[in-house]
Amino acid sequence: MSEFLPVLSYATFFLVFASIFATMALGLNLQWGYTGLFNVGVAGFVAVGAYASALLTTPPDAGPGAVRVVGLGLPIVVGWIGGTVAAGLVAAAVGFAALRLRHDYLAIATFGIAVVIQLVALNAQKLTGGPFGIQFIPKPFDAQLDGSLAFNALYLALTLAALGCVYAALQRLAASPWGRVLRAIREDETAAEALGKRAFAFRLQSFAIGGAIMGFGGALYAHFVGYIAPEDFLPILTFQIWTMLIVGGAGSNRGAIAGTVVVWAIWTIAGNGLRELIPAADQARAASLQIVLVGVLLAAMLLWRPQGLLGPRPSKSPSA
Amino acid sequence: MILQIIADGLIVGSTIALGAIGLTMTYSLLRFANFAHGEFIAWGAYLALTFLGFFIALGGGGAMAPLGPFSFGWQLLAALVAGAIATAILALVLDWLLFDRLSAQGSAIVLTIASFGAALALRNFLQFVYGTLPAYYTRELQIAIHIVPRDVGGGLRATPDQLFVLALALVLVVGLHLFLQRTTAGRAMRAVAHNPALARVTGIDVASVVRWTWILGAILAAVAGTFAGLVGQLRPQIGFDLLLPLFAAAILGGIGSVPGAVIGGLIVGLAESAAVPLIGAEYRAAAAFGVLIAILLVRPQGLFAERAK
Repeated sequence: MSEFLPVLSYATFFLVFASIFATMALGLNLQWGYTGLFNVGVAGFVAVGAYASALLTTPPDAGPGAVRVVGLGLPIVVGWIGGTVAAGLVAAAVGFAALRLRHDYLAIATFGIAVVIQLVALNAQKLTGGPFGIQFIPKPFDAQLDGSLAFNALYLALTLAALGCVYAALQRLAASPWGRVLRAIREDETAAEALGKRAFAFRLQSFAIGGAIMGFGGALYAHFVGYIAPEDFLPILTFQIWTMLIVGGAGSNRGAIAGTVVVWAIWTIAGNGLRELIPAADQARAASLQIVLVGVLLAAMLLWRPQGLLGPRPSKSPSA
Repeated sequence: MILQIIADGLIVGSTIALGAIGLTMTYSLLRFANFAHGEFIAWGAYLALTFLGFFIALGGGGAMAPLGPFSFGWQLLAALVAGAIATAILALVLDWLLFDRLSAQGSAIVLTIASFGAALALRNFLQFVYGTLPAYYTRELQIAIHIVPRDVGGGLRATPDQLFVLALALVLVVGLHLFLQRTTAGRAMRAVAHNPALARVTGIDVASVVRWTWILGAILAAVAGTFAGLVGQLRPQIGFDLLLPLFAAAILGGIGSVPGAVIGGLIVGLAESAAVPLIGAEYRAAAAFGVLIAILLVRPQGLFAERAK
């Protein structure tokens, strides 16, 4: 039995990350798959959720030389809600500025907000801890559990439950009149407007809810790892989530989840493989190669199977 | 002080302007926001570094003998040209592999996603090849010369290299403007940007115009990257860091307008340099975002929109 423990521990670790990424991919699927909104700042919204939740739940640094002076020490549930709401508000603000305009302006604006959030995380040291990040973020039931396996298993149950709730809610939303209006706007905005549906309002709601779900994913991440820093929210994260959604199939919630598992597995295996193949001195370079590999995967998928593994038929896929 | 801020802003702005020209041209012609454009800047800068080593070795090795007051010799100018040509080839290969095939499928937004993926792949491949440590074209130290004495507007100092960058950027912009306005090839480019279907009917070879737009955009991007490396340092993120200012400049100037991209680039450069005393050097990059959001809210078609949209 004991030889299985490391495997089991690693498997739960892998699945916790997969379910957190899948939550973020579902948020992106609402924005892109259902509404056709192109968000290049996923990492920024995730960061807002993670930092907001961490600040609400983690006390400030103690002792002399403390960098971070803000922190509330509230219960973790408050952090999760706060992180979700904060990311949703940031998404609403960005959407308000950019959603009336050409679709690619939203892409540029979201790219910009992610850059600015990264700047704030790096430089507002009193709030975010700067490059050192926020440490000792509370983990749920940490005191009652002994050993990392027990914690990983419990957290896996939590993230799976969270993923299940988000999935069920989005499925219901997609089937509701609200979801039908979103699809109508995506397919033919003029016709939808002619039927009296205000495209801007629906887009803004979809974008804000999608951003909130990403923030929720960020909060889940923060309380699993217990430590966040600006480097956790680089554009590579945005790119990973996008690849997960495209590989799985934009427009399908099940596809988003399946794509997440596939891409996260490829990412993990490629990372381990490169670490084996490339000498220790060049490990930093190996990490770059890992990203190149997934970039090629995304491009190949767009070229040869744009609907993804489980996506709707190409004719229904979002188009500009 | 104020003069110095303006001068610094113009120098940064000229780099942004050169990059934004290529971005705005491909944007209006191919109708997608190319997030990989920043990587042409980075690759141009690093390819020039490789060619520089080659030309120095060709000239017998050792140190590069500086030209006049500048920190660099003829080798860097040759490397600039060679790097720009190599970057143009890179852009054509990327178009052939990815963008051309995807645009045949129809959706512009898919092109934007693909360009985002291509940008990350290109940037990380660059990091894989050249490593992450900063690099320099030359270790030669430059003394800034006084152009305006200290008692007038706080004085103005600039290095000869910075003046070289400004002058060459000006020459390139004027040359490009004349090319677009006066030559048949330039008119064909503008015609395709305005109305591809009509241009095709009048017998313009649209595929060839698209190729030349990539070539011109990549050359200007490579020059911008080399300039940025010359007055600063070479880092793999050099293109990524310029991407937001480039987009801000292109939208501020109005998508498709070359003079607009130049003026937009200078304005964004000035905003960045003015941001340093106002909100601190660490938030300098946020200035471009501020300009971007302001223009999106107030005048989303840009200052010099070529076509109503």
